[in-house]
Amino acid sequence: MARNRTIQLRVNGVDHEGTVEVRKTLSDFLREDLGLCGTNIGCEHGVCGACTILMNGETVRSCLLLAVQADGMELMTVEGLASPTGELHPIQQAFRDKHGLQCGFCTPGFLMTTYKLLQSNPNPSLEEIKEWLAGHLCRCTGYEDILESVKLAASRLRGENITAQTQPKSS
Amino acid sequence: MKPPVFDYHDPRTVEEALKLLNDNAGECKVLSGGQSLMPLLNMRLVRPKVIIDINRIEGLNYVRPWEKGLAVGAGVPQQAIERDRQFADRFPILCEAARHIAHPQIRSRGTICGSVAHADPAAELPALVMALGAEMVAAGSNGTRTIPCDEFFVSFFTTSLLPNEILTEVRFPAPPEEMAWSFLEVSRRHGDFALVGVVAGLSLDQARKAITEARLVYFGVGPTPVRVKEAEQLLVGQAPGGTAFQAASDVVSKGLDPDNDLHASAEYRRSVAGTLTRRSLDQAWRKLGGN
Repeated sequence: MARNRTIQLRVNGVDHEGTVEVRKTLSDFLREDLGLCGTNIGCEHGVCGACTILMNGETVRSCLLLAVQADGMELMTVEGLASPTGELHPIQQAFRDKHGLQCGFCTPGFLMTTYKLLQSNPNPSLEEIKEWLAGHLCRCTGYEDILESVKLAASRLRGENITAQTQPKSS
Repeated sequence: MKPPVFDYHDPRTVEEALKLLNDNAGECKVLSGGQSLMPLLNMRLVRPKVIIDINRIEGLNYVRPWEKGLAVGAGVPQQAIERDRQFADRFPILCEAARHIAHPQIRSRGTICGSVAHADPAAELPALVMALGAEMVAAGSNGTRTIPCDEFFVSFFTTSLLPNEILTEVRFPAPPEEMAWSFLEVSRRHGDFALVGVVAGLSLDQARKAITEARLVYFGVGPTPVRVKEAEQLLVGQAPGGTAFQAASDVVSKGLDPDNDLHASAEYRRSVAGTLTRRSLDQAWRKLGGN
Protein backbone atom coordinates (compact mmCIF):
# COMPACT_ATOMS: atom_id res chain seq x y z
CA MET A 1 0.00 0.00 0.00
CA ALA A 2 1.33 3.33 -0.99
CA ARG A 3 -0.11 5.13 1.99
CA ASN A 4 3.04 6.05 3.89
CA ARG A 5 6.27 7.45 2.62
CA THR A 6 9.57 8.61 3.96
CA ILE A 7 10.56 12.03 2.77
CA GLN A 8 13.63 14.19 3.10
CA LEU A 9 13.57 17.92 2.87
CA ARG A 10 15.43 20.97 4.06
CA VAL A 11 13.59 23.58 6.11
CA ASN A 12 15.28 26.86 7.03
CA GLY A 13 18.63 25.31 6.26
CA VAL A 14 18.10 22.21 8.42
CA ASP A 15 17.73 18.74 6.89
CA HIS A 16 14.77 16.71 8.06
CA GLU A 17 13.50 13.23 7.39
CA GLY A 18 10.08 11.95 8.26
CA THR A 19 7.64 9.20 7.46
CA VAL A 20 4.23 10.56 6.60
CA GLU A 21 0.85 9.45 5.54
CA VAL A 22 0.64 10.39 1.86
CA ARG A 23 -2.55 12.34 2.45
CA LYS A 24 -0.94 14.62 5.00
CA THR A 25 -0.71 18.23 3.90
CA LEU A 26 2.61 20.01 4.04
CA SER A 27 1.22 22.53 6.53
CA ASP A 28 0.27 19.74 8.93
CA PHE A 29 3.64 18.09 8.45
CA LEU A 30 5.49 21.30 9.30
CA ARG A 31 3.43 21.81 12.45
CA GLU A 32 2.88 18.30 13.73
CA ASP A 33 5.96 16.42 12.59
CA LEU A 34 8.60 19.13 12.58
CA GLY A 35 7.12 21.22 15.39
CA LEU A 36 7.36 24.35 13.26
CA CYS A 37 4.10 25.89 14.43
CA GLY A 38 4.85 29.34 13.06
CA THR A 39 3.05 28.40 9.88
CA ASN A 40 -0.60 28.89 10.68
CA ILE A 41 -3.46 27.02 9.11
CA GLY A 42 -6.55 29.05 8.46
CA CYS A 43 -8.97 28.08 5.74
CA GLU A 44 -7.23 24.97 4.40
CA HIS A 45 -8.35 25.68 0.88
CA GLY A 46 -5.89 28.26 -0.34
CA VAL A 47 -7.91 31.39 0.27
CA CYS A 48 -6.62 32.96 3.47
CA GLY A 49 -2.87 32.82 2.89
CA ALA A 50 -1.90 32.18 6.52
CA CYS A 51 0.05 29.02 5.61
CA THR A 52 2.13 30.65 2.87
CA ILE A 53 5.77 29.55 2.89
CA LEU A 54 8.59 29.47 0.35
CA MET A 55 9.34 26.27 -1.52
CA ASN A 56 12.41 26.35 -3.74
CA GLY A 57 12.21 30.12 -3.52
CA GLU A 58 8.57 30.52 -4.58
CA THR A 59 5.64 31.46 -2.38
CA VAL A 60 3.25 28.54 -2.03
CA ARG A 61 0.25 27.61 0.06
CA SER A 62 1.46 24.81 2.31
CA CYS A 63 -2.15 23.66 2.85
CA LEU A 64 -2.45 22.97 -0.88
CA LEU A 65 0.57 20.72 -1.04
CA LEU A 66 0.98 17.20 0.21
CA ALA A 67 3.99 16.68 2.41
CA VAL A 68 5.20 14.00 -0.01
CA GLN A 69 5.34 16.62 -2.73
CA ALA A 70 7.98 18.48 -0.74
CA ASP A 71 10.33 15.47 -0.82
CA GLY A 72 13.73 16.77 -1.92
CA MET A 73 12.66 20.42 -1.75
CA GLU A 74 14.07 23.36 0.11
CA LEU A 75 11.58 25.25 2.27
CA MET A 76 11.62 28.45 4.21
CA THR A 77 9.06 29.15 6.90
CA VAL A 78 8.51 32.13 9.18
CA GLU A 79 10.90 30.53 11.67
CA GLY A 80 13.65 31.11 9.12
CA LEU A 81 13.29 34.88 9.14
CA ALA A 82 14.75 35.97 12.48
CA SER A 83 18.45 35.48 13.12
CA PRO A 84 19.49 32.49 15.26
CA THR A 85 20.16 34.92 18.10
CA GLY A 86 16.56 36.02 18.02
CA GLU A 87 17.03 39.36 16.35
CA LEU A 88 14.00 40.11 14.24
CA HIS A 89 14.28 40.25 10.47
CA PRO A 90 13.85 43.81 9.17
CA ILE A 91 10.46 42.80 7.76
CA GLN A 92 9.34 41.52 11.16
CA GLN A 93 10.70 44.63 12.84
CA ALA A 94 8.81 46.83 10.40
CA PHE A 95 5.55 44.97 11.07
CA ARG A 96 6.16 45.48 14.77
CA ASP A 97 7.00 49.15 14.42
CA LYS A 98 4.04 49.94 12.18
CA HIS A 99 1.47 47.81 13.99
CA GLY A 100 1.16 45.53 10.98
CA LEU A 101 -0.48 42.90 13.16
CA GLN A 102 -2.91 42.59 15.98
CA CYS A 103 -3.80 38.97 16.74
CA GLY A 104 -0.94 37.80 14.52
CA PHE A 105 -2.63 34.76 13.06
CA CYS A 106 -2.26 35.85 9.44
CA THR A 107 1.16 37.39 9.99
CA PRO A 108 3.44 34.46 9.06
CA GLY A 109 1.87 34.35 5.62
CA PHE A 110 2.11 38.10 5.14
CA LEU A 111 5.76 38.01 6.20
CA MET A 112 6.68 35.26 3.78
CA THR A 113 4.98 36.94 0.85
CA THR A 114 6.61 40.25 1.78
CA TYR A 115 9.97 38.47 1.92
CA LYS A 116 9.52 37.13 -1.59
CA LEU A 117 8.12 40.39 -2.93
CA LEU A 118 11.00 42.49 -1.61
CA GLN A 119 13.54 39.94 -2.74
CA SER A 120 12.29 40.10 -6.32
CA ASN A 121 11.33 43.78 -6.26
CA PRO A 122 13.11 45.92 -3.63
CA ASN A 123 11.12 49.03 -4.47
CA PRO A 124 7.53 47.99 -5.18
CA SER A 125 4.81 50.52 -5.87
CA LEU A 126 1.78 50.62 -3.60
CA GLU A 127 -0.21 48.89 -6.34
CA GLU A 128 2.33 46.11 -6.58
CA ILE A 129 2.34 45.62 -2.82
CA LYS A 130 -1.45 45.43 -2.85
CA GLU A 131 -1.49 42.92 -5.66
CA TRP A 132 0.91 40.62 -3.83
CA LEU A 133 -0.81 40.96 -0.48
CA ALA A 134 -4.25 40.41 -2.02
CA GLY A 135 -3.55 36.71 -1.57
CA HIS A 136 -3.75 37.15 2.21
CA LEU A 137 -6.65 37.86 4.52
CA CYS A 138 -6.32 39.79 7.76
CA ARG A 139 -9.39 40.31 9.89
CA CYS A 140 -7.84 42.70 12.44
CA THR A 141 -5.85 45.48 10.89
CA GLY A 142 -7.83 46.77 7.96
CA TYR A 143 -4.60 46.33 5.94
CA GLU A 144 -3.46 49.95 6.08
CA ASP A 145 -0.85 49.27 8.74
CA ILE A 146 0.31 46.19 6.85
CA LEU A 147 0.90 48.27 3.72
CA GLU A 148 2.83 50.78 5.85
CA SER A 149 4.86 47.93 7.33
CA VAL A 150 5.83 46.61 3.92
CA LYS A 151 6.80 50.08 2.73
CA LEU A 152 8.93 50.59 5.81
CA ALA A 153 10.55 47.18 5.46
CA ALA A 154 11.31 47.91 1.81
CA SER A 155 12.98 51.22 2.58
CA ARG A 156 15.01 49.73 5.42
CA LEU A 157 16.13 46.81 3.29
CA ARG A 158 17.15 49.28 0.60
CA GLY A 159 19.38 50.82 3.23
CA GLU A 160 17.44 54.02 3.64
CA ASN A 161 17.71 55.42 7.09
CA ILE A 162 14.11 55.83 8.07
CA THR A 163 13.05 55.69 11.65
CA ALA A 164 9.64 54.29 12.24
CA GLN A 165 7.07 56.76 13.31
CA THR A 166 5.22 54.76 15.83
CA GLN A 167 2.55 57.17 16.80
CA PRO A 168 0.17 55.86 19.38
CA LYS A 169 -3.23 55.21 17.93
CA SER A 170 -5.97 57.45 19.08
CA SER A 171 -8.91 55.34 19.97
CA MET B 1 -10.64 19.61 6.57
CA LYS B 2 -8.17 16.85 5.90
CA PRO B 3 -7.88 14.89 2.67
CA PRO B 4 -9.51 11.44 2.64
CA VAL B 5 -7.36 8.33 2.44
CA PHE B 6 -5.94 7.58 -1.00
CA ASP B 7 -3.09 5.79 -2.67
CA TYR B 8 -0.47 8.16 -3.99
CA HIS B 9 1.71 7.66 -7.04
CA ASP B 10 4.23 10.02 -8.54
CA PRO B 11 5.26 8.42 -11.82
CA ARG B 12 8.35 9.58 -13.67
CA THR B 13 7.00 9.15 -17.21
CA VAL B 14 3.74 9.86 -19.01
CA GLU B 15 3.54 6.18 -19.98
CA GLU B 16 3.72 5.15 -16.35
CA ALA B 17 1.04 7.68 -15.46
CA LEU B 18 -1.21 6.41 -18.23
CA LYS B 19 -0.80 2.85 -17.05
CA LEU B 20 -1.81 3.86 -13.52
CA LEU B 21 -4.77 5.74 -14.95
CA ASN B 22 -5.84 2.67 -16.93
CA ASP B 23 -5.34 0.26 -14.04
CA ASN B 24 -7.50 2.41 -11.76
CA ALA B 25 -10.08 3.49 -14.29
CA GLY B 26 -12.61 5.93 -12.91
CA GLU B 27 -11.08 6.05 -9.45
CA CYS B 28 -8.19 8.44 -10.06
CA LYS B 29 -7.52 12.11 -9.99
CA VAL B 30 -4.48 13.53 -11.73
CA LEU B 31 -2.67 15.99 -9.47
CA SER B 32 -0.86 18.80 -11.24
CA GLY B 33 -0.52 22.18 -9.51
CA GLY B 34 -3.23 21.12 -7.08
CA GLN B 35 -4.63 24.59 -6.55
CA SER B 36 -8.14 23.36 -7.33
CA LEU B 37 -7.83 19.68 -6.52
CA MET B 38 -6.27 20.11 -3.08
CA PRO B 39 -9.11 22.31 -1.77
CA LEU B 40 -11.57 19.71 -3.08
CA LEU B 41 -9.62 16.97 -1.29
CA ASN B 42 -9.28 18.97 1.92
CA MET B 43 -13.02 19.56 1.96
CA ARG B 44 -13.62 15.96 0.89
CA LEU B 45 -15.74 17.06 -2.00
CA VAL B 46 -13.82 14.51 -4.05
CA ARG B 47 -12.68 11.16 -2.71
CA PRO B 48 -10.52 9.50 -5.35
CA LYS B 49 -9.03 6.14 -4.46
CA VAL B 50 -5.82 7.01 -6.27
CA ILE B 51 -3.92 10.24 -6.77
CA ILE B 52 -1.51 10.37 -9.70
CA ASP B 53 0.87 13.25 -9.14
CA ILE B 54 2.39 14.26 -12.48
CA ASN B 55 4.77 16.84 -11.00
CA ARG B 56 7.76 14.52 -11.08
CA ILE B 57 7.40 13.58 -14.73
CA GLU B 58 10.48 14.87 -16.49
CA GLY B 59 9.98 16.81 -19.67
CA LEU B 60 6.54 18.33 -19.13
CA ASN B 61 7.83 21.70 -17.96
CA TYR B 62 8.39 23.41 -21.30
CA VAL B 63 7.17 26.39 -23.26
CA ARG B 64 8.35 26.04 -26.82
CA PRO B 65 7.62 27.37 -30.26
CA TRP B 66 5.07 25.42 -32.20
CA GLU B 67 4.46 25.92 -35.92
CA LYS B 68 1.40 28.13 -35.30
CA GLY B 69 2.40 29.65 -31.97
CA LEU B 70 3.41 28.25 -28.60
CA ALA B 71 3.16 24.82 -27.02
CA VAL B 72 2.85 24.70 -23.23
CA GLY B 73 3.54 21.47 -21.35
CA ALA B 74 1.48 20.18 -18.44
CA GLY B 75 4.17 21.05 -15.91
CA VAL B 76 4.23 24.78 -16.65
CA PRO B 77 3.00 26.96 -13.79
CA GLN B 78 0.75 29.91 -14.49
CA GLN B 79 3.44 32.34 -13.35
CA ALA B 80 5.42 31.38 -16.47
CA ILE B 81 3.07 33.63 -18.42
CA GLU B 82 4.47 36.59 -16.46
CA ARG B 83 8.07 35.44 -16.63
CA ASP B 84 8.71 33.70 -19.94
CA ARG B 85 9.40 36.20 -22.72
CA GLN B 86 7.81 33.91 -25.29
CA PHE B 87 4.38 34.84 -23.94
CA ALA B 88 5.06 38.58 -23.85
CA ASP B 89 6.35 38.54 -27.42
CA ARG B 90 3.38 36.90 -29.06
CA PHE B 91 0.53 36.78 -26.57
CA PRO B 92 0.09 40.16 -24.90
CA ILE B 93 -3.48 39.14 -24.04
CA LEU B 94 -2.25 36.21 -21.94
CA CYS B 95 0.10 38.54 -20.05
CA GLU B 96 -2.67 41.07 -19.53
CA ALA B 97 -4.96 38.36 -18.16
CA ALA B 98 -2.37 36.52 -16.05
CA ARG B 99 -2.50 38.91 -13.11
CA HIS B 100 -6.21 38.17 -12.75
CA ILE B 101 -5.58 34.46 -12.23
CA ALA B 102 -5.84 34.11 -8.45
CA HIS B 103 -2.71 35.37 -6.64
CA PRO B 104 1.07 35.08 -7.06
CA GLN B 105 1.09 32.47 -4.27
CA ILE B 106 -1.32 30.34 -6.36
CA ARG B 107 0.18 31.01 -9.79
CA SER B 108 3.49 29.64 -8.52
CA ARG B 109 1.95 26.15 -8.34
CA GLY B 110 -1.22 26.21 -10.40
CA THR B 111 -0.54 25.07 -13.96
CA ILE B 112 -1.87 26.34 -17.25
CA CYS B 113 -2.89 22.87 -18.42
CA GLY B 114 -4.35 22.03 -15.02
CA SER B 115 -6.69 25.00 -15.08
CA VAL B 116 -7.78 24.12 -18.61
CA ALA B 117 -8.43 20.48 -17.67
CA HIS B 118 -10.26 21.49 -14.49
CA ALA B 119 -12.60 23.57 -16.70
CA ASP B 120 -14.04 25.87 -14.08
CA PRO B 121 -16.42 28.02 -16.12
CA ALA B 122 -15.51 31.11 -14.07
CA ALA B 123 -11.76 30.67 -14.56
CA GLU B 124 -9.68 32.81 -16.86
CA LEU B 125 -7.58 30.25 -18.72
CA PRO B 126 -10.41 28.23 -20.31
CA ALA B 127 -11.83 31.49 -21.71
CA LEU B 128 -8.39 32.45 -23.04
CA VAL B 129 -8.10 29.04 -24.66
CA MET B 130 -11.43 29.64 -26.41
CA ALA B 131 -10.57 33.18 -27.44
CA LEU B 132 -7.22 32.22 -28.92
CA GLY B 133 -8.54 29.04 -30.52
CA ALA B 134 -6.05 26.81 -28.69
CA GLU B 135 -5.91 23.06 -29.07
CA MET B 136 -5.40 20.47 -26.40
CA VAL B 137 -3.11 17.45 -26.66
CA ALA B 138 -4.47 14.43 -24.81
CA ALA B 139 -2.26 11.44 -24.16
CA GLY B 140 -3.99 8.09 -23.78
CA SER B 141 -2.82 4.52 -23.77
CA ASN B 142 -3.63 4.31 -27.48
CA GLY B 143 -1.54 7.33 -28.34
CA THR B 144 -2.19 11.04 -28.40
CA ARG B 145 -4.96 13.03 -30.01
CA THR B 146 -5.58 16.73 -30.48
CA ILE B 147 -8.83 18.29 -29.35
CA PRO B 148 -9.92 21.68 -30.69
CA CYS B 149 -11.19 24.10 -28.06
CA ASP B 150 -14.81 24.11 -29.26
CA GLU B 151 -14.93 20.37 -28.63
CA PHE B 152 -13.01 20.43 -25.37
CA PHE B 153 -15.25 22.17 -22.83
CA VAL B 154 -18.42 20.15 -22.27
CA SER B 155 -20.01 21.49 -19.09
CA PHE B 156 -19.23 22.60 -15.55
CA PHE B 157 -15.83 21.08 -14.68
CA THR B 158 -16.32 18.65 -17.55
CA THR B 159 -14.19 18.25 -20.65
CA SER B 160 -14.07 15.78 -23.50
CA LEU B 161 -10.92 14.21 -22.03
CA LEU B 162 -11.54 10.50 -21.52
CA PRO B 163 -11.08 9.00 -18.05
CA ASN B 164 -7.86 7.35 -19.20
CA GLU B 165 -6.37 10.42 -20.85
CA ILE B 166 -4.08 13.13 -19.52
CA LEU B 167 -3.87 16.65 -20.91
CA THR B 168 -0.16 16.91 -21.65
CA GLU B 169 0.01 20.10 -23.69
CA VAL B 170 -1.98 23.16 -24.68
CA ARG B 171 -1.10 24.77 -28.00
CA PHE B 172 -1.87 28.43 -28.42
CA PRO B 173 -1.92 29.69 -32.01
CA ALA B 174 -0.52 33.21 -32.21
CA PRO B 175 -3.27 35.63 -33.18
CA PRO B 176 -2.73 37.95 -36.15
CA GLU B 177 -0.31 40.66 -35.10
CA GLU B 178 -2.66 43.47 -36.04
CA MET B 179 -5.33 42.13 -33.69
CA ALA B 180 -5.81 44.14 -30.49
CA TRP B 181 -7.09 42.53 -27.32
CA SER B 182 -8.74 43.40 -24.10
CA PHE B 183 -9.34 41.38 -20.96
CA LEU B 184 -11.84 42.59 -18.37
CA GLU B 185 -13.50 40.94 -15.44
CA VAL B 186 -15.73 41.90 -12.57
CA SER B 187 -15.07 40.11 -9.32
CA ARG B 188 -15.65 41.00 -5.71
CA ARG B 189 -11.94 41.21 -4.99
CA HIS B 190 -8.86 41.10 -7.19
CA GLY B 191 -7.87 37.47 -7.59
CA ASP B 192 -11.33 36.06 -6.95
CA PHE B 193 -13.14 34.05 -9.55
CA ALA B 194 -14.95 36.35 -11.94
CA LEU B 195 -18.66 37.02 -11.65
CA VAL B 196 -18.40 37.89 -15.32
CA GLY B 197 -15.37 38.27 -17.53
CA VAL B 198 -14.64 38.86 -21.20
CA VAL B 199 -11.79 38.31 -23.60
CA ALA B 200 -12.23 40.53 -26.65
CA GLY B 201 -10.19 40.75 -29.83
CA LEU B 202 -10.54 43.24 -32.66
CA SER B 203 -8.97 43.68 -36.11
CA LEU B 204 -9.51 46.57 -38.48
CA ASP B 205 -8.88 46.96 -42.20
CA GLN B 206 -5.86 48.94 -43.39
CA ALA B 207 -7.76 52.20 -43.50
CA ARG B 208 -8.96 51.53 -39.95
CA LYS B 209 -12.49 52.23 -41.06
CA ALA B 210 -14.06 48.80 -40.78
CA ILE B 211 -13.84 45.81 -38.45
CA THR B 212 -12.45 42.75 -40.19
CA GLU B 213 -12.51 40.32 -37.28
CA ALA B 214 -13.85 40.21 -33.75
CA ARG B 215 -13.51 37.69 -30.94
CA LEU B 216 -15.81 37.73 -27.90
CA VAL B 217 -15.54 35.06 -25.23
CA TYR B 218 -17.20 35.25 -21.82
CA PHE B 219 -16.63 33.40 -18.58
CA GLY B 220 -18.66 33.08 -15.40
CA VAL B 221 -21.86 33.14 -17.43
CA GLY B 222 -22.55 29.51 -18.28
CA PRO B 223 -21.41 25.92 -17.86
CA THR B 224 -18.38 26.53 -20.12
CA PRO B 225 -16.60 29.58 -21.51
CA VAL B 226 -19.04 31.07 -24.00
CA ARG B 227 -18.07 32.46 -27.38
CA VAL B 228 -20.80 34.71 -28.79
CA LYS B 229 -20.32 34.33 -32.51
CA GLU B 230 -23.50 36.21 -33.33
CA ALA B 231 -22.06 39.37 -31.80
CA GLU B 232 -18.70 38.79 -33.50
CA GLN B 233 -20.34 38.46 -36.89
CA LEU B 234 -22.45 41.52 -36.31
CA LEU B 235 -19.29 43.58 -35.81
CA VAL B 236 -17.54 42.46 -38.99
CA GLY B 237 -17.83 45.10 -41.71
CA GLN B 238 -19.03 47.77 -39.29
CA ALA B 239 -17.20 50.98 -38.49
CA PRO B 240 -15.55 50.65 -35.08
CA GLY B 241 -17.12 52.82 -32.43
CA GLY B 242 -19.98 53.30 -30.04
CA THR B 243 -22.84 52.31 -32.34
CA ALA B 244 -21.37 49.00 -33.43
CA PHE B 245 -20.11 48.18 -29.94
CA GLN B 246 -23.50 48.92 -28.41
CA ALA B 247 -25.22 46.68 -30.95
CA ALA B 248 -22.81 43.86 -30.10
CA SER B 249 -23.33 44.48 -26.43
CA ASP B 250 -27.11 44.14 -26.83
CA VAL B 251 -26.72 40.85 -28.65
CA VAL B 252 -24.45 39.56 -25.87
CA SER B 253 -26.80 40.59 -23.07
CA LYS B 254 -29.73 38.92 -24.80
CA GLY B 255 -27.81 35.86 -25.92
CA LEU B 256 -26.23 34.76 -22.67
CA ASP B 257 -28.03 32.48 -20.28
CA PRO B 258 -26.15 32.71 -16.97
CA ASP B 259 -27.26 31.12 -13.73
CA ASN B 260 -28.48 32.80 -10.60
CA ASP B 261 -26.26 31.97 -7.69
CA LEU B 262 -25.16 33.17 -4.30
CA HIS B 263 -22.79 35.69 -5.84
CA ALA B 264 -24.88 37.35 -8.52
CA SER B 265 -28.24 37.11 -10.24
CA ALA B 266 -28.55 36.09 -13.87
CA GLU B 267 -29.92 39.51 -14.72
CA TYR B 268 -26.93 41.23 -13.13
CA ARG B 269 -24.53 38.98 -15.01
CA ARG B 270 -26.25 39.69 -18.34
CA SER B 271 -26.10 43.39 -17.68
CA VAL B 272 -22.43 43.31 -16.67
CA ALA B 273 -21.59 41.20 -19.72
CA GLY B 274 -23.14 43.88 -21.92
CA THR B 275 -21.20 46.64 -20.22
CA LEU B 276 -17.95 44.70 -20.38
CA THR B 277 -18.54 44.06 -24.08
CA ARG B 278 -18.67 47.77 -24.78
CA ARG B 279 -15.71 48.57 -22.57
CA SER B 280 -13.51 45.79 -23.88
CA LEU B 281 -14.20 46.58 -27.53
CA ASP B 282 -13.53 50.21 -26.79
CA GLN B 283 -10.28 49.34 -25.09
CA ALA B 284 -9.19 47.13 -27.99
CA TRP B 285 -10.11 49.85 -30.45
CA ARG B 286 -8.08 52.42 -28.55
CA LYS B 287 -5.07 50.11 -28.76
CA LEU B 288 -5.55 50.29 -32.52
CA GLY B 289 -5.56 54.08 -32.46
CA GLY B 290 -9.29 54.69 -32.10
CA ASN B 291 -10.75 57.15 -29.67
